[in-house]
Amino acid sequence: MGVILEQFPLYVQGFLQTLRICVFAAIGSLVLGTLLAGFRVSPLAPLRAVGSGWVTVFRNTPLAVVLFAVAFGLPEVGVNGSYFWFGVTGLTMYTSAFVCEAVRSGINSVAPGQAEAARAVGLTFSQTLSLVVLPQALRTVVPPLGSVIIAMIKNSAIVGAFGVGGDLYSVGLQLTSAQGYAAVGVLTGVLLGYLVLTIPAGIALAAIERRTALAR
Amino acid sequence: MTSSVLYDAPGPVTRRRTMISSVVAGAIVLVVIALVLVQLAGQGQFSAERWGPLLNPANSSFAPVWELLGRALVATLVAAGLTLVFSLVIGTALAVTRVTAARWYRWLVVTVIEFLRGVPVVIAIFFAARVLPEAGLTLPTLWYLVIGLTAYNCVVIAEIVRAGIASLPRGQSEAAYSLGLRRSQVLGSILLPQAFRVMLPALISQMVVIVKDTSLGFIISYEEFVRTANIIIQNLHNPIQIYTVVALIFILINYSLGRLAEAVERRLSRSRTTAAPPAAAGAVDTGAAGGG
Repeated sequence: MGVILEQFPLYVQGFLQTLRICVFAAIGSLVLGTLLAGFRVSPLAPLRAVGSGWVTVFRNTPLAVVLFAVAFGLPEVGVNGSYFWFGVTGLTMYTSAFVCEAVRSGINSVAPGQAEAARAVGLTFSQTLSLVVLPQALRTVVPPLGSVIIAMIKNSAIVGAFGVGGDLYSVGLQLTSAQGYAAVGVLTGVLLGYLVLTIPAGIALAAIERRTALAR
Repeated sequence: MTSSVLYDAPGPVTRRRTMISSVVAGAIVLVVIALVLVQLAGQGQFSAERWGPLLNPANSSFAPVWELLGRALVATLVAAGLTLVFSLVIGTALAVTRVTAARWYRWLVVTVIEFLRGVPVVIAIFFAARVLPEAGLTLPTLWYLVIGLTAYNCVVIAEIVRAGIASLPRGQSEAAYSLGLRRSQVLGSILLPQAFRVMLPALISQMVVIVKDTSLGFIISYEEFVRTANIIIQNLHNPIQIYTVVALIFILINYSLGRLAEAVERRLSRSRTTAAPPAAAGAVDTGAAGGG
């Protein structure tokens, strides 16, 4: 276990890299996923098709396959970037499908009377959605959305395994393979790094859930 | 979605406007897709040289590539199947322990479950592959993958089982106890069989997660799809084509599993309202055949 103290700065760097991946991917997938959920309930059939196609593809494909496909595919269509951004892009695309489904089920959970009342006072589709339905839906989707984000934090380890250097997973790989530390100690440190992110996220989620809970 | 509460049943003007917007949106979507395809074609991504090994049986690489992919499919299904079996057994044991445990050690079971739920699967696999050999336990890579996947999935299944037991009406266990059954009998012959029936859709959905997670075998060089794809790519240099095919295989398997879960769920909810035991027994049979 001494390795955790000996290599502490390296662990901190890895932790920060994991945190960076998670923050970018969380913002990206929340925005993209909400947009896709809007597509899926839209009156325009082509947008609905895009939304459901996206969800079918990314929910059923393993993240590792998505990541490699992004890293090999994007340069071919003229998008070049670092592995870090490929990793973040892949994780965002994958997570956005789950965010979309969570938000969509939230939209469906809002009482029909709300949307009907909004329409009755003359709001358009986009006004109904953004001013009346989504604000209420977002509260009911906090628990599933939180689970999606916690799963995403854990999935960021796959982004590390795929080749984005410097994150917690890569620190574990480097210390065990290149520097020959015993795996038990090294990986305990790596695990602690992830638990530091996921356990407070879970507690925060429970707190938000209590505060935003609607009496229905 | 023919009628939505989010917008009115459209009148003629709105219908026309929706029509026009749909065409415009459809055109934009098609243009984007076309641009990507043109770009890919410009890079020679549709050349026979790159697709031949996958699509043309006359190509010299066709047979070996598909043989490798076939082996990857078997490797994936074996790992997923073993993980499901072990996760079911251990998960059920954990759930039963959690339900029946005396208070003074229930917290221990809960802590183990919560801890394992917070561990990234890929780290669990890595851990199994590195720590077990250090402890003197050398196994084929398949088993490291199965152990890593089971460590995570058994606690998820434990939660599914617990929810399944909790969803049963209290009358079930009360009636069983009043007949004089012991607690193990109540659980084993009354609660668990019914819980498994309720849980079946959730279990099939978890199977999707397990199938997807077998792809993480690539980090320990287990020759599932990702590892196999990367080996093929080293020789044929057609990553986009290989990954398209691999993604399609996964989508085919998992989409079918998802539809199966939905079908079983519909069937269960129908049989519950009409209370027809034979139909329910049939649903269990088909589910077990598809899920295993």
